[in-house]
Parts: sequence; structure tokens; C-alpha cells
Amino acid sequence: MNLIHSLEEEQIKGNIVRFNPGDTVRVHVKVIEGTRERIQVFEGVVIRRRGGGLGETFTVRRVSYGIGVERTFPLHTPKIDRIEVMRRGRVRRAKLYYLRGLRGKAARIQDKR
Amino acid sequence: MPRGILGKKIGMSQIFTDIGLAIPVTVIEAGPCIVVQIKTAAKDGYNAIQIGFGEKRERLFTKPMAGHFSRAGVRALRFLREFIVEDPEAYQVGQEIKADIFAPGEKVDVVGTTKGKGFAGTIKRHGFHRGPMSHGSKYHRGPGSLGAKGPARVYKGRKLPGHLGTERVTVQNLEIIRVDADRNLIAVRGAIPGPKGGLVQIKPSTRS
Repeated sequence: MNLIHSLEEEQIKGNIVRFNPGDTVRVHVKVIEGTRERIQVFEGVVIRRRGGGLGETFTVRRVSYGIGVERTFPLHTPKIDRIEVMRRGRVRRAKLYYLRGLRGKAARIQDKR
Repeated sequence: MPRGILGKKIGMSQIFTDIGLAIPVTVIEAGPCIVVQIKTAAKDGYNAIQIGFGEKRERLFTKPMAGHFSRAGVRALRFLREFIVEDPEAYQVGQEIKADIFAPGEKVDVVGTTKGKGFAGTIKRHGFHRGPMSHGSKYHRGPGSLGAKGPARVYKGRKLPGHLGTERVTVQNLEIIRVDADRNLIAVRGAIPGPKGGLVQIKPSTRS
């Protein structure tokens, strides 16, 4: 197991900001179009973090033109340029799947004091 | 030149490529192996090298095994396996074989022993379908009909419950993703048979 850990450590990003489920984040994703590379921003609420080590992933949910969109990113993928935390939310569970059933006012998350 | 190396399965992980693809890999601690015996067509009827790998406590070696190693002049090793080679002259007894005989991008076959599943039923062992679990059904996981009434016997080769696993399996055409000669590590794409810590043989793919 230790050998795997040491092998994965080389690939783990050390500079990731701390964020938790309920936080609103901006994920800067590198998109390759043909030969050009540009950065696309995906902003939304973190509804889950799962796994550990190199395999950890997180899911961001946003409502775009009335349609819920969720994207799951590997936390350590080189495709993510950086992650910005916009707001810290106060939530009482680790997986915010209940947000999927809520819309508008009800889907708001209180700011952390 | 046919080659081969013995290794220990360490476990699975993933490696990200530059463009952000996550490649599933199995990490194998491969070698260092030592050539213990060279078999030639003249003497043994075929050309092969016998290589050894792994540690074992000194007193656990039988006298004949200890003698085999001391005659070759190498330290005693836990596992011995043979690899067919065309040019046995290219090897010497005592020569060390390390992970760097393979390079990233090469295709290899990996031989291992699968995890033992014990005495397994037909659903697990052969992928049979299950009967209904409810609505009055009393036939859940049985094997079903064993054949027609006509021959009044069961045909040979009928798929039935029995021992599953602990079986030699070769996975062909796996790509080598990374080689770390300092730490004796080889990472191949995909899964390989056996539990963590299991012995595996790596050899160039017969497909390519």
C-alpha cells in the first residue's frame, strides 16, 4: 500500500484550496479546442466530495437556464487550472443530494458565519 | 528477444496524462530477478532461462532447493520460473534482471493466479440466471435442468457448481504505462489476475 501512496504522491496537487460540500466554487477547467487551449469556468455548489488520495472527486451543481447541471471532477486532474471558493455555505450533511429536488428560494444555502 | 520478469502485484491506482485522462493502472513490483539456470537445446531439449524472485527464510528451503541455488552460486530465492528464450548464450547465471527490460508503450502479457472463490454455484461460476426470489417461487439459485430425459445421464462438460478461482490466467496485450527502475516498479494499463502480493509473470505480448 505504501508503494502506491508514494507513487500517487507525485501526482497529488499540493496547492488545492480547502472547500467543503455546500460551498460555492468556481472551477477553472482547461478546454482543448483543436490546437488552442482556453479556460472555461464552471460555477456552482459543491454537493459531494468522495474518495481519497489521488482518486478523490467532487461534484459541482448549478442550475443553468432552468436545467440542473452537475459536473464531477477528479480533484487532482491536470485539467483543472484552479478552484476559487466564492462562498462558504452552512450545511448539515456531507452529500447534498436533496438540492436536486429543490428549486429557487428553497435551494439556497445559508452562508457560514 | 523474448524476455520475462517476475513480480509482485502491489495494487491499482491511476495515472493522469498531460491532457487530463486518468489511466487505470496496476502497479507491479517487478524484480530484481536473478538468472539461476540456463537451459539449452543441447542439454535440456529446449532453450530457456530460469529466473528467481523474492525472499524466504533460509531454513525453509529444502536441501535439494538450497543445493540448486548454491550450485548456481546465487542467494536462495522464493519463486523460480522459466522463460523460453531463443538465445540462451545472451544470459549468464547470476545475472540480474530488472524492471527496465521493458519500456513504456510496450505491450505485455501478464500471467497470474486468480483469487480463490471456493466452492461456487452456477450463478457466480458460469453466469447462470437466477430464479424468481418471490411470488411463491421456491427455485432461487439452483442450476436448473441438467439435460433431456433421452440419454438418461448427464453429458460430460455440463456446467455445474464446483471450485472457482485459484487458476492460472493470462491477460494479453496490456500496455506498459510507466517503468521506475530505481524502485523496481512497472505500471500496466488495466487489471491483472490475483490478490495484492500475488506472484505475476510479465512477458512480451504474443499478440504483437
